[in-house]
Amino acid sequence: MNEPTTPWVPGTVPAADEVSASYWDATREHRLTVQECEGCGHRQHPPRALCTACGSTEGLRQADASGTGTVDTFTVVHRAPRPDVAVPYVVARVRLTEGPLVLSRLEGRDDPESWDLGEPVTVTWVDLPDGRALPCFRPTATEES
Amino acid sequence: MSEVAIVGAAECDLGVTGLSILGLQTQAVTRALADAGLTLADVDGIATTGVSRFSATQLADYFGIEPRWTDSTFAGGSAYEMFVARAAQAIASGQCEVVVISFASNQRSARSRRLGGVHEEWVPEAQFEEPYDMLYPLSYYAMAARSYLHRYGGTREQLAEVAVAAREWALLNPKAFRYGKGPLSVEDVTGATMISSPLTAADCCLVTDGGGAVVLTSLERARDLRQTPVRVLGYGERTTNTSFTTVDDLTRPGAVGSGADAFARAGITAADVDVLEVYDSFTITAALSVEALGFCGPGEVLDFIADGRIRPGGALPLNTNGGGLSYCHPGQYGVLLLVEAVRQLRGECGERQVPDAEIAVAHGTGGILSTHATVVLGVDR
Repeated sequence: MNEPTTPWVPGTVPAADEVSASYWDATREHRLTVQECEGCGHRQHPPRALCTACGSTEGLRQADASGTGTVDTFTVVHRAPRPDVAVPYVVARVRLTEGPLVLSRLEGRDDPESWDLGEPVTVTWVDLPDGRALPCFRPTATEES
Repeated sequence: MSEVAIVGAAECDLGVTGLSILGLQTQAVTRALADAGLTLADVDGIATTGVSRFSATQLADYFGIEPRWTDSTFAGGSAYEMFVARAAQAIASGQCEVVVISFASNQRSARSRRLGGVHEEWVPEAQFEEPYDMLYPLSYYAMAARSYLHRYGGTREQLAEVAVAAREWALLNPKAFRYGKGPLSVEDVTGATMISSPLTAADCCLVTDGGGAVVLTSLERARDLRQTPVRVLGYGERTTNTSFTTVDDLTRPGAVGSGADAFARAGITAADVDVLEVYDSFTITAALSVEALGFCGPGEVLDFIADGRIRPGGALPLNTNGGGLSYCHPGQYGVLLLVEAVRQLRGECGERQVPDAEIAVAHGTGGILSTHATVVLGVDR
């Protein structure tokens, strides 16, 4: 993996709870997962204590995701909500190849306005001090290499 | 169900007041009651939020009354349109007789507004969204705007018309924060400081103190009071999301459903609406709402508003007080949509009065296009 230098220092991320524990545990190995219902096959994010498609509270597990997706939409933030965040930065909705939308950041472009909707992206990771990691996305390598 | 009417409407002091929340609430409620020719002794129902954790309870205690009905549904800016529906049902079913719906905030004086929103670390968004430092709610609306402009090929300049038109209305309203500040140009909007692209500071509503109240009772009783009653003809609502990622299509908000329900209940179509008051937390909020309520088809709103249609003298008078963009935005603007709709239907609006207004629609939006509530009001003929 071509890991970029840490693009930003995230604020405190709340501790996992019993529903999100396996999602966050996977991030320690830089594995992106989405919650999947064994009963009906529905995939959802963020993880929940029930399946929003069939209502089942059983058989919900974090399935490995490919780490690829496309930019659904994005915004370039020029005024940060915390004092120690450098601006500008790109917040985006990414449509994972597996289906669910996730909120994230886009990294790896000098011009933050140069992203396009529908553009393919690939996950990259920002490590947190507690061993977990936050997924963000960069241009898919074939396009930018 | 028997019919219900709005019989009183008022604002508290607006702008930069230096007053407390409960002081402003008291102004709003007592002024609306005086407008109706009623007193606190007549009130047996209270609906409010934004006072404290126990908002309606707090207000009842403060006013020294023991209501037979209260509601503090917290749904952001659309709550006040939801309160009209619930109050109409409570009055029609006989649980209570006179309801005051109120809101007031001193957010500008108290400097209590935060760019990142309110942090509640037990909700999924705290783990999965807030670490990315999006602005709440602005970044959501910004992403919706980008989706809309991308899908339909619209421009930032076209979207700016919402703010330009709002300023035109505000110049006719002496109570507007931007009254006397001169017109706004498209270039003023697009050239303002970029906050969360593609939205600039001029695409964003004001941050002011302010609030208001409306008083509801049965139409039967309303006809004996001092003001011409404004009838509640219909209402509808949708609740769609708290997360930035729940809603697939950011260009079609829950207003599609809330508006359809409200119009069907009132037995009207968009063509019957004389005055439209929609939540304009951001330019895109109003644009998406006008389209979702059915005033034009999907993808058409930027062309629809381009010819001055929503400005003073236009075919669809929109946000006739100057809106959240140029009149007042106290954090939850929904009650002021109702106040202006009532005044237009009573013909009290002076220079900005829409001639012969008979049907008005107030449409509130809360959170990040999270809650959507539509109310149809009409003159009593």
